[in-house]
Amino acid sequence: MKILVCVTSVPDTTTKIAFTDNNTKLNKAGVTFITGPYDDYALARAVELKEKTGASITVINVGEADSEPVIRKCLAIGADDAIRVNAEPTDAYFVAEQIAAIAKENSYDLILMGRESIDYNGGQVHGIVGEMLGFPSISPVMQLDIDGDTAKITREIEGGKEQLEAKLPLVLGCQEPIAEWKIPNMRGIMTARTKPLKIVEPTGTDKLTTVANYELPAPRSAVKMIKADEAETLIQLLRTEAKVI
Amino acid sequence: MSVLIFAELDEGKIKKSSQEALFYGAKVAEQTGTSATAIIIGQADDSELASAGRFGVTKVLHASNAQLNEPNGMAYATVVAAAVQQEGSKVIVLAKSSLADAMTARLAGKLKAGLAANVVELPDLSNGFRVKSSIYTGKAFAYNDLKADIKILAIKKNTITPEETDSTASVDSFSPTLNDADFVISVKSSEKASGDVLLPEADLVVSAGRGLKGPENWGIVEDLAHALHAATACSKPVSDLDWRPHSEHVGQTGLKISPNLYIACGISGAIQHLAGVNSSKVIVVINKDSEAPFFKSADYGIVGDVFDVLPRLTKAVKAL
Repeated sequence: MKILVCVTSVPDTTTKIAFTDNNTKLNKAGVTFITGPYDDYALARAVELKEKTGASITVINVGEADSEPVIRKCLAIGADDAIRVNAEPTDAYFVAEQIAAIAKENSYDLILMGRESIDYNGGQVHGIVGEMLGFPSISPVMQLDIDGDTAKITREIEGGKEQLEAKLPLVLGCQEPIAEWKIPNMRGIMTARTKPLKIVEPTGTDKLTTVANYELPAPRSAVKMIKADEAETLIQLLRTEAKVI
Repeated sequence: MSVLIFAELDEGKIKKSSQEALFYGAKVAEQTGTSATAIIIGQADDSELASAGRFGVTKVLHASNAQLNEPNGMAYATVVAAAVQQEGSKVIVLAKSSLADAMTARLAGKLKAGLAANVVELPDLSNGFRVKSSIYTGKAFAYNDLKADIKILAIKKNTITPEETDSTASVDSFSPTLNDADFVISVKSSEKASGDVLLPEADLVVSAGRGLKGPENWGIVEDLAHALHAATACSKPVSDLDWRPHSEHVGQTGLKISPNLYIACGISGAIQHLAGVNSSKVIVVINKDSEAPFFKSADYGIVGDVFDVLPRLTKAVKAL
């Protein structure tokens, strides 16, 4: 079985977002970049499937050179090789097109990625890739087991979950608790240095959307404190002042 | 050339978030000098379908077929793509949801559409087609220029407050050719909570964290939620500990919500939690630790023991 895991390089979840260049670029100063948390789950499940079935894992990232530490970490966790498509990943259709182009060349049985990236939060790339390849797509996937050429999947739905079955090949958007998060060990870190990382130039469409500029939310006004022994006052304020109940 | 709005049904009724999408879509139609048409898939009474007219759409395309009674993002995308072709639509509007997300992604692939997700304002058409969207899990906004011929806007809850009229829409039956390939995923079983307010749709949310000390104490959270007719939610540690199901986890890696009121009980307010809830209109924080960072992001705060404060609030709501 050949698995392609698509990963994003995103600011650490504790990052306070700020912009620079007249609000046209993320201010990367002091920001730690990590594998997208949902993508980490996808990779972790791929590594478990590799241990069980002997599958091969290729990691793909659409990103610029500064994504490479994140890609190396994925290799250290257990991916066999990696591809970086050398482009800024701001548009879902464009990113999907790059992944689909690589997938068409290599006949993967499973294409796994996070349910969404935590920067643009579109949650669309898996579905667009599925459409481009003519593969079914399912998201968000909480459990995944492979039995021969059949995938048994638990997917979260609003207020619950459903159990699904589908034949490979498939494109899946993953989330917890699909696998235990993996932390690279020293041997993994050492071998990651020698694993192949291929850099390819992007193909296909120009971006269908571009970002003109960014903005931060307006700060909230100061908190109004209510004494615990007058807690009932809160309900009156929510009704008469905030008008939300 | 009409603006096409995908309106989602829940047990035969147009979902509240889809009502917002219908009104938003009708406003975009006004902006662009076109009409607004809704596409509705699944079983519903004609009166319910026609009621989409209250929000400004003039026509409803209704696709009802036994194969479509179960929500299926891939098949729904085929139906909506056919409606886009029939209507010659250049703008498609829908409300974000689990089903809509699956459908939108396939649709964007089929139509080579420019897509903006988590849209929070009406588009600015003064120089091209620019929409504001929420990014970095609510920590920032982007102004997106949509350059593709076909544009899809997936709007965030509470983006717009629908105004209603007495108008009704005409209802046309719509029966596009379905693809066998869209039905290859088989649903074996599903579990869905019934009777409770669904969290992604909820206007009011009562949420709790580790301060509740254990799942056996959730009764006081549920009591307040029931009294307010609110949904319940939880922080990540709580779902990780299996005190509550993952579907209730709000935050950076859980659900992103934007209700009118978010009451956080015994949640300290880590930046990852805030990211999922900071689009709420009003935030109330109840925590016995006066130094809890969440107070800095709250509109109202109570420093106190949730085991004392929550029953008092429930009693006060019931007395209204």
